[in-house]
Amino acid sequence: MDFNLTEQQKLMQKLFREVAQHEVKDNAADVDERERFPKENVEIMRQAKMLGIPYPREYGGAGADYLSYILAVEELSKTCATTGVVLSAHTSLGTWPIAQYGTPEQKEKYLRPLASGEKLGAFGLTEPNAGTDAAGQQTTAVLDGDEYVLNGTKIFITNAGEADIYIIFAMTDKSKGNKGISAFIVEKDTPGFTIGQHEKKLGIRGSATSELIFNNVRIPKENLLGGEGKGFKVAMSTLDGGRIGIAAQALGIAEGALEETIKYVKERKQFGRPIAKFQNTQFQIANMQTAIDAAKMLVYRAAMAKEQGQPYSVLAAEAKLFAAETAMDVTTKCIQLMGGYGYTRDLPVERMFRDAKITEIYEGTSEVQRMVISGAALR
Amino acid sequence: MATFPDYKDIYVFVEQKDSQPAEVGYELINKARELVDASPELGYKVVGVLLGENVKDKAADVIAHGADKVIVVDDPKLKDYSTQFYTDALTQVIDEFKPSSLLTGATVLGRDLAPRVAARINAGLTADATGIEIGKDVTLGGGAAKREIPNDDALLLVTRPTFGGNLFGTIVCPNTRPQMATIRPKVFDMAKPDASREGEVVEFAPKWAETEPVVVVEDVEPKKVAGVDITKCDVLVGVGRGAEGSLALAEELAALLGGEVAGTRAAVEDGFLPKERQVGQTGKTVRPNLYIACGISGAVQHVAGMEKSDYIIAINRDPEAEIFKIANQGYVGTCEQVLPLLIEDIKKIKEAK
Amino acid sequence: MKIVVLAKQVPDSTEITVDKKTGTLVRDGVPSIINPDDLAGLEAALALKDKADDVVVEVLSMGPPQAAGMLQEAIARGADKAYLLTDRRLGGADTCATSRTLAAALNKIGYDLIIAGRQAIDGDTAQVGPQTAERLGIPQVTYVDEILEVAPDHARVRKSLEDEEQVVSVKLPAVITTLSGMNNPRYMNCNDIVDSFNNPVVIMTYDDLAEDLPMEEIGLAGSPTQVFRTFTKDVTAATETFNLSAEETAQKIADTLNEKQLIKK
Repeated sequence: MDFNLTEQQKLMQKLFREVAQHEVKDNAADVDERERFPKENVEIMRQAKMLGIPYPREYGGAGADYLSYILAVEELSKTCATTGVVLSAHTSLGTWPIAQYGTPEQKEKYLRPLASGEKLGAFGLTEPNAGTDAAGQQTTAVLDGDEYVLNGTKIFITNAGEADIYIIFAMTDKSKGNKGISAFIVEKDTPGFTIGQHEKKLGIRGSATSELIFNNVRIPKENLLGGEGKGFKVAMSTLDGGRIGIAAQALGIAEGALEETIKYVKERKQFGRPIAKFQNTQFQIANMQTAIDAAKMLVYRAAMAKEQGQPYSVLAAEAKLFAAETAMDVTTKCIQLMGGYGYTRDLPVERMFRDAKITEIYEGTSEVQRMVISGAALR
Repeated sequence: MATFPDYKDIYVFVEQKDSQPAEVGYELINKARELVDASPELGYKVVGVLLGENVKDKAADVIAHGADKVIVVDDPKLKDYSTQFYTDALTQVIDEFKPSSLLTGATVLGRDLAPRVAARINAGLTADATGIEIGKDVTLGGGAAKREIPNDDALLLVTRPTFGGNLFGTIVCPNTRPQMATIRPKVFDMAKPDASREGEVVEFAPKWAETEPVVVVEDVEPKKVAGVDITKCDVLVGVGRGAEGSLALAEELAALLGGEVAGTRAAVEDGFLPKERQVGQTGKTVRPNLYIACGISGAVQHVAGMEKSDYIIAINRDPEAEIFKIANQGYVGTCEQVLPLLIEDIKKIKEAK
Repeated sequence: MKIVVLAKQVPDSTEITVDKKTGTLVRDGVPSIINPDDLAGLEAALALKDKADDVVVEVLSMGPPQAAGMLQEAIARGADKAYLLTDRRLGGADTCATSRTLAAALNKIGYDLIIAGRQAIDGDTAQVGPQTAERLGIPQVTYVDEILEVAPDHARVRKSLEDEEQVVSVKLPAVITTLSGMNNPRYMNCNDIVDSFNNPVVIMTYDDLAEDLPMEEIGLAGSPTQVFRTFTKDVTAATETFNLSAEETAQKIADTLNEKQLIKK
């Protein structure tokens, strides 16, 4: 049992911290205010080779470990949760299924540009009638000669329009329920594939969240990922990993908010002394720090289990459930400690509070995480 | 019994440019004068060292500012500063005349030359000092290493800030001579020149080991970003975090008083003040006639750079602020409220004149 | 062209505080960084390497074993090799002893150009660069804010003085000392971080240098300067503090300035 990062992980963390604090932080408020996708941050991540951290060097990745990738999402989310989810959706959702289930040809063609950062990835599972219940897919894929023909609509897709490569789920055999779902690799410029309405959101407002519309989109047969009918397995295993990424995002939001708050309470004076000298402040800080540390342990444990090839589905659920609720709780309390200033956009905690909420919802709501955890406990 | 009977006197390297001695040289001459006069039992002199070409006639100025003696090395090779020839000349002056202590200004030139000289003669050198005194009845070490330094060693106690001014250290060199230090400009006063002072002028001719220069200055340009020099201002209005919204008012006040705006590291870090206007250990040391501290808490880091101002007025909303402990006058209040009224009052006084 | 960069690991001084009761530095939890002037020097060296195939960049540091982490970072940033001189016998060295030790190590590893940061933020002496140059008997240019050209036998640099800039040509080998504002150090990247661990830091001890360096010239014993005392400054002065209305405050300040003849027509 060792709770220390390796030297390599520490150096990675230093890089991520420099990028987050010196680059990403400066435009975080602007990204939020103008609801714009942070292209400049994607470019910095591409140069720092952060877009393929856990993937093999032979396919353009950094060849580092999974926890290093999680550290990246955490550090970015301390200053800009939007940038955190851009990286997480690209790495965990857009890239991982190809790394895990792709054929050598698919890896060469799609994993390489994704892991090297040349292209950005996204993942399309959710539909108007299929969110938590993935089996309710209404998008269909019908084999016609050497091509599948896709029809349907996906919603709430992160990196939509910005990504070049999409993992799309569709029913190839409705009669088989979950076993009738298949996964496909779809390129952005495929005829008939368009980006629909852009969502206006409470938080992570710079993240591109839109509809994907498929109207007789013809996909070559070679782009079927993991075999026909294997889509449900691809989706669920991908989301297990994605949850660790979102847990890291939530952890980063909580840490970022607490850092800002600690700086504030040391400077802000009331009744002639810094509010950090009041016991209420001290006890609140103690509770938040403890919750953050606990969340960190859960997140890192899940990442290590995934890295070491152990089962991590339940660990990821625990990490996401606890980190997301910690992010919501910590940002709420941070604003309370900062009072009126905390409620304004002069300080970043107001944004962090809005950003935190989504972590309880996407890639499996907290309720779904509880189902996963209790399902395993009551087995 | 002195440990170094052959070494005596306090020497000051007086740097010059275009044959014009820099003020810091005279500041150090005056401080050395004060130390020597306070310890007449040593029988020490204050000796200026002047290197250059056609600088002999400046020796009288050095004497007028407090030196008893000036060693002049007049040589075409020394016309402009070079590490190479100045090191050769100064080390030979030291070998010949054997100073007990040698002070130079902590200027770009001084901090280029002094370490090179110290390494050549294996002397101890203390950098960027802000205080010097001659030790009396000093005991170093403890236990078996305990050692009493004879008073006629004239042990130089050199004080300097470290860690960005959070901590001060006093450094001594008990085992080597000369005791060398570079000392910040503007820490000590210059004396008013006294043309009637008399002193000795000694010319010295060094032997050049190499005559071919290893470094050549090809071109001289004005500094790329020529900003304001707050160290030369008589009036400074300092701003801290507590004056963030009042910068324009502070600028107006400074302009009315013929001064400039300066401020704390926090103000620079928060981005509303350029770095060249930062006062303090990681910024500049200033000593204007008047320093008005607006919304400055008084962290040591800042205070160390401005506490020698002739008169300090502080405005801060926190009655417990540290700045009030060093200000001549402190006012509890906010800059947003006080500065507009103060500006109006000053304008009225100006109009009445 | 072998460029050796001298680097020091320092505590991030912006995060250091002083314990007012004991007068000592609180260093717990303060992160260590590459000294900023040295990092600028490393970046300048790497920029030269980017431009010319034959440039090799090596980094040398003297310090405790933990400084290996900083040197690993230097390799990840692009240095070809890094050396850490670490030995208890070298501890307590002032700039005089440090420059002797570094010079002995530099003679061992070889160099065509040495780049050192102007000064370290935990000492602010700016002495190690020039003193190392003196020990090696080579020229120096200090306070450099731009490297214009490096040729086999000379370099041209821009030196920053108080009120002017000089374009200076220096014969090589030489030591130049660099200012932190001269460039924006590059970021590492994930691939290079992973690869850097295949290139471990070379550890050197006093034993590697002993034949050229007597024991009495190193560490505490070889240091002519001694710390006599340390203290934190007690800032107190005779002062008056007033708690008045804003109007009265402004009036009183104006009157004071007027009395002191600080308001001119």
